[in-house]
Amino acid sequence: MIEQYIPLFLVLATAVLIAVGIVASSTLIGPQRPNDEKKSTYESGVKPFGSAKERISIKYYVVAMLFIIFDLEVIFVYPWAVQFKSLYSVFGIPVFTTMLVFLVIFEIGYLYAYKKGGFNWE
Amino acid sequence: MTLEIILFILFALIGAASGVLMITRKNPVMSALFLILNFAALAGVYLLLNAQFIAVVQIIVYAGAIMVLFLFVIMLLRPDAEISILRTNPLLKYVAIGVGVLVFAQLIYLIFFFKPLNITPSDVAERIQIGTVENIGTEIYTKYIIPVQVAGFLLLSATIGALVLAKKKFE
Amino acid sequence: MDLWTIIIISIIKILFVVTITLLTVSYLVYFERKISAWVQDRIGPNRVGWYGLLQPFADVFKLFLKEDIVPDASIKSIHTLAPIITLFVAFSTYAVLPWGPPVNIFGYEIPLVLADVNSGILIVLALTSLGVYGITFSGWASGSKYSLLGGVRSSAQMISYEISMGFSVAGVLLISESLRPAAIIESQSGWMWNAFIQPIGFITFLVSAFAETNRLPFDLPEAEPELVGGYHTEYSSMKFAAFFLAEYANMIISSGLIVTLYLGGWQVPYIETFGLSSGWVTMMQIGAFFFKVGAVLFFFIWVRWSIPRFKYNQLMNLGWKVMFPLALVNLVWVAILVMLLN
Repeated sequence: MIEQYIPLFLVLATAVLIAVGIVASSTLIGPQRPNDEKKSTYESGVKPFGSAKERISIKYYVVAMLFIIFDLEVIFVYPWAVQFKSLYSVFGIPVFTTMLVFLVIFEIGYLYAYKKGGFNWE
Repeated sequence: MTLEIILFILFALIGAASGVLMITRKNPVMSALFLILNFAALAGVYLLLNAQFIAVVQIIVYAGAIMVLFLFVIMLLRPDAEISILRTNPLLKYVAIGVGVLVFAQLIYLIFFFKPLNITPSDVAERIQIGTVENIGTEIYTKYIIPVQVAGFLLLSATIGALVLAKKKFE
Repeated sequence: MDLWTIIIISIIKILFVVTITLLTVSYLVYFERKISAWVQDRIGPNRVGWYGLLQPFADVFKLFLKEDIVPDASIKSIHTLAPIITLFVAFSTYAVLPWGPPVNIFGYEIPLVLADVNSGILIVLALTSLGVYGITFSGWASGSKYSLLGGVRSSAQMISYEISMGFSVAGVLLISESLRPAAIIESQSGWMWNAFIQPIGFITFLVSAFAETNRLPFDLPEAEPELVGGYHTEYSSMKFAAFFLAEYANMIISSGLIVTLYLGGWQVPYIETFGLSSGWVTMMQIGAFFFKVGAVLFFFIWVRWSIPRFKYNQLMNLGWKVMFPLALVNLVWVAILVMLLN
């Protein structure tokens, strides 16, 4: 079984090599003449003010949370989708309604988030 | 040595090393990075156990989704700008060490004194095919329909919980 | 086949694909500039080489010779790692995309795909889901406000559209009954392309692909007017080029994915009725794959130069309030279709 994944591992290894090679080349080939002006943070030409250590909005946390939940929903849908035809030919309609019930449970959460303004961005 | 053993040693070493690096980093983003590497190594181990679907799901859900949430939470809380909780409460360190020793002892007990489950060769042959998405689909949508729906309700409660916790910001 | 044969064959294939990808990426930039010039009634690059054909090489050499500046405010290790992650994702996702039917060479049946694995299409989704980190880390580690905002915005955008992408793929799986890209292509024989069977899914996938590759009209992360360059503001030299390269490589992979999932892959409808020899058929099918990918790439560029950028709230609204329900509707529609036909 693992043999069919050998080419995949090789591709991943090549991708790492290419990525490291390209990024390393920038320090190896280009000149290195740093000074304070160059190494300061870009601020559209004026002196940098404040820092980038600001906290981000809680909106992003909500989006990431909803993303995990619906990602898990999709993960449950994949095995069902792959086996749907063969299971349908044996069990009939219940295979479809099972998934419909499962999706409806999730969509209650979706509608709640919708009502609550979880998807509203200023 | 067979291919499986070579790959297992590789993945196990990456997993163990990234695990140690994760808990010893000062910068939380670095820790998150090594945790992602650790999940990837675990996916490799799942693959060696013929659990192909679980291996990919491990990457999609843990490395791809849950770690994004971790990073967002790190950016939200900015723990590097705060005083370390250990500095305000030094007793916590000893509690943590105690829990660590307890978990480690549990692992040692499992490794040395626990017999593996009695799997006969015929079972092994059966299990080799079990990890594909086709088999998982047949299993969970024939034998385990109720647990799947319960999982749905569990995730629904997670949705509502997350929104209730963040509610004040929307009003 | 024994292990070493597999390794040697895959190394040959990898070298072939990597060369093709690097060349196409450089020329895609050239074509993007030429097409944009044509759209806006300009001439475009025409100085280096015949019709400016050597322009990509000139650009790359220039970037190689530039100084790599790492700002003091950045976290150096993560700042370097971010472009590596982005490039890694861009150069590993092509692993499971088949670009032709299996061919017979020296008695070996060689599939024209790097890794013909059981969980194929999910591996593409898994690798693209890792692409978020390149952007998040570059935004976090640069120590610049523009980078942080661009990085966080962009990762929120990518994860939002990943959901509708996942549901659209589930619609395809209902038809193909397998995760293997080869099986997905075979299930679309003749004119039974998924783009015609499930047009809603096709549209949601297409829009999600635009959002995942950060292309206009969804290129919020690098919205120049307000965020300078977004997450790659603080990058220079080949590290900057890495993000640029990755964007174009991702475009090629998305096009390949769209062709595989919805446009019949390498298949030419009813080619067996033409009465050609098998060698010609294979050649035409490989040609058809590259032609289709080229057409989708042209569409990507065409859209970029025709449609203005969305606002961030419009983008998130589109993702969560329009694309997600549409992808769900598509899933239920395809399931009903499958039940009616069986």
